[in-house]
Amino acid sequence: MSLFLAVNKISFRIGGPAGFGIMNTGLMFSKACSRIGLHVFDYVEYPSLIRGGHNTYQVRAEDTPVRSQVETVDVLIALDEPTLTIHADELKEDSLIVYDDATIHPEHTVLKRGIRCPVPLKALVAEVGGPEIMQNTVALAAVLGILDYDFSVFETLVQDSFEGKKGGIVDQNIQVARKGYDYAREHYGHHSHYQLKAVKAPKRMVLTGNEAIALGAVQAGLKFYAAYPMTPASTILHTLAAWQERHNIVVKHAEDEISVVNMGIGAGYAGVRSMVATSGGGFALMNEGVSLAAITESPIVIVEVMRGGPATGLPTWTEQSDLRFVMGAGHGDFPRFILAPGDVEEAFWMAAEALNIAETYQSPVIIVSDKYLAESHRTAEPFDLSKVRIERGKLLRQAPKNYLRYADSPDGVSPRTIPGVPDGFFLANSDEHDDWGYSNEESGIRNRMMQKRMRKEAAYAKTMPQPALVGATDADVTIVGWGSTKGPILDAMDWLAKDGCKVNFLQITHISPFPAETVKKLLAGTKRTLMVENNYTAQMAGVIREKTGIELKEKLLKYDGRPFYPEEIYGRVKTMIGKGGAQ
Amino acid sequence: MITKEDLATPVKPTWCPGCGDFGIWLAVKQALMQLDAKHEDVVIVYGIGCSGHMCNFVRGYGFEGLHGRPIPVAEGIKLANKKLKVIVVTGDGDTYGEGMNHFISGIRGNHDVTLIVHDNRVYGLTTGQASPTAEKGYKSKSTPTGQIEVPVNPIALAVAQDGSFVARGFSADPQQLIKLIVAGVQHKGFSVIDVLQNCATFNKVNTVTWFKEHTYKLEDEGHDPRDKVAAFTRAIDETRLATGIFYQDEREPYDQDVPGERGVPLVDHDLSEADITRTMNEFL
Repeated sequence: MSLFLAVNKISFRIGGPAGFGIMNTGLMFSKACSRIGLHVFDYVEYPSLIRGGHNTYQVRAEDTPVRSQVETVDVLIALDEPTLTIHADELKEDSLIVYDDATIHPEHTVLKRGIRCPVPLKALVAEVGGPEIMQNTVALAAVLGILDYDFSVFETLVQDSFEGKKGGIVDQNIQVARKGYDYAREHYGHHSHYQLKAVKAPKRMVLTGNEAIALGAVQAGLKFYAAYPMTPASTILHTLAAWQERHNIVVKHAEDEISVVNMGIGAGYAGVRSMVATSGGGFALMNEGVSLAAITESPIVIVEVMRGGPATGLPTWTEQSDLRFVMGAGHGDFPRFILAPGDVEEAFWMAAEALNIAETYQSPVIIVSDKYLAESHRTAEPFDLSKVRIERGKLLRQAPKNYLRYADSPDGVSPRTIPGVPDGFFLANSDEHDDWGYSNEESGIRNRMMQKRMRKEAAYAKTMPQPALVGATDADVTIVGWGSTKGPILDAMDWLAKDGCKVNFLQITHISPFPAETVKKLLAGTKRTLMVENNYTAQMAGVIREKTGIELKEKLLKYDGRPFYPEEIYGRVKTMIGKGGAQ
Repeated sequence: MITKEDLATPVKPTWCPGCGDFGIWLAVKQALMQLDAKHEDVVIVYGIGCSGHMCNFVRGYGFEGLHGRPIPVAEGIKLANKKLKVIVVTGDGDTYGEGMNHFISGIRGNHDVTLIVHDNRVYGLTTGQASPTAEKGYKSKSTPTGQIEVPVNPIALAVAQDGSFVARGFSADPQQLIKLIVAGVQHKGFSVIDVLQNCATFNKVNTVTWFKEHTYKLEDEGHDPRDKVAAFTRAIDETRLATGIFYQDEREPYDQDVPGERGVPLVDHDLSEADITRTMNEFL
């Protein structure tokens, strides 16, 4: 049956009802692949409920970098019958399907392709007297058995993962894993056309965009974090809450997002590095606070992790439809600083960068992310912490004589004291104010204060990182994108390069102030462009047109809550170039 | 010690002649002078309205926030630097209308913040609409046929929600109000001080005379501020409005229970000490 041998190139999926431990099992597979030196990307789909529905966890692992999931599935674990039907079209003739034939009957489904590898999951768990949820471990171990994965590596992973759990859990899991592994090797060892073998590689982390933001912020001196639970931002809250003692952070689950942003501003005003996070709906509530931070010149970082809108929309799915909303957030004119990371490394570094911008320019700074980046794990080498800089700007610990908080300055930034500094008094005033902070509505002062605040944007623009084209020089097609589409775009570009297609990529990471001159120059030199965005109205294409006058006519847009698959981008570019073909 | 000169600003009060705000302003300043506190260790967070205008008349560290939102700003300041004495000066619309969620949550959390609410039953700055404490039937520009809702009872709410310091003052009795503010700031926890006051321009019903006729002092009737049931009973009596401390207990303030502070105010932590090496390793 073996048609070919695929070593260290696999697309894995586990599916079943919510509440069956699918998320943990998927992550275990990701970590198992990372532990033997593979690059890993994973992607979860789940409905907004706790029990039932259909959850799936997809893992792609290869010995070269991977940054997105693919449309086809090589190995499927089905924990219920609907999984076989829902994912039938993703399977190939040689895909392996692991399930328990005591409870799942493929003949009741539309399953057409794939090699059926039934394993008595329930019975094997019963043999060691474990709880039903351990079927996951058995199924995972069975898959690893067929894939010729080194069991001792998995054993260590189980030990690490269940460390600190009540006695017996680790041993019991290893016992059932061994049973599943051996059963599968005995019955399906001859189906080892997909294999996972250790390769020499540096140690890598397996982490999500949200975790990377949390790590970056903490290393950059975050001290105060507030949030109200909202998918897909909540895991930043959970992560930081778990670290609050270890890293000396105050983490506050506040009564609503309005309180969240106001608390964050209060903490920033009082002199600590402060961050909050939410999704679109919560950010709507925070809008007035963005404006407040701007006029009082208080530093705060706000993370907006987008999901499908409008309103409650698609709570657990991805979308990039809040770009215009974030760019226009807060009433009134004031400088907007907006960063859009595209992967876990950028999420880490931009969290630190955002905290620096917030304090240097005494302003609100927004990081705009989305569910796809926030909740997908990817492998990354540990970050070089020696490169993390903490820049606190014009923060005074002693006040000069006749100190004036809002005194005019060439870059618009005035030296800032904090409560507790003797003679550094000032009023942070949400009303327009004079140099001390007292309310003042005179025309002259109003103009001076507006110009002072707006000047910060120009000062930052002089130092901000500029975008660049990556990929082929003299490209036939230039893909333009921002945020999490980076992963599938780069993966599609790898395939296109193998086909001899000349393609490059313009990623906008610093959205406001917009690097208009650079973007204009880069786009002027392109032959054909393709705008790739996870929204209906091509919001970034609109921004580019507004800022540069350049209209990006060809667009690949998606707004069904699903991220792009590299196949979609690859196919579109191929059509544009006119060579056809498929990966 | 803070002196009268320390608190003086170049801005003249803009309140109407006869406004109750003057009495509250006087009491706030006198209380600050009586507190054993360094001037730089006091922060006052203001709301929006005639009450919030006080931000221009008291020199010191101040923050004038958004309408309804001074409480969370104050909580954020206190969590960032627990050495500070944090006071909120705000109004009834601010606190019991737009910001009711923060009022209840502040009490629940027992953040060590002193809340002083100007309660004149109208929105003065927006020209006299009924506020959440306006009596049922009260006629104003926004309620020309009379207020339909019953008024918010902030004292009863605060007692019911386990407020650790619940008091009411009266703008025309600054001596009592000074004592209440000093006691509130010294209290470790969320101190609610609702202050009855007149609006000379827009509220022609609840005048100084009216308040005098309808109030009494708790201390004159031997009220025990540790008796929560008695406090609640007096709080729900809306025919006779009590002033003084309704209820006080020693519940731990929020900042004493925060896991991340390590005893040192957050603001005093050395940021260069941050090291996530061990945490990163857990992702390997």
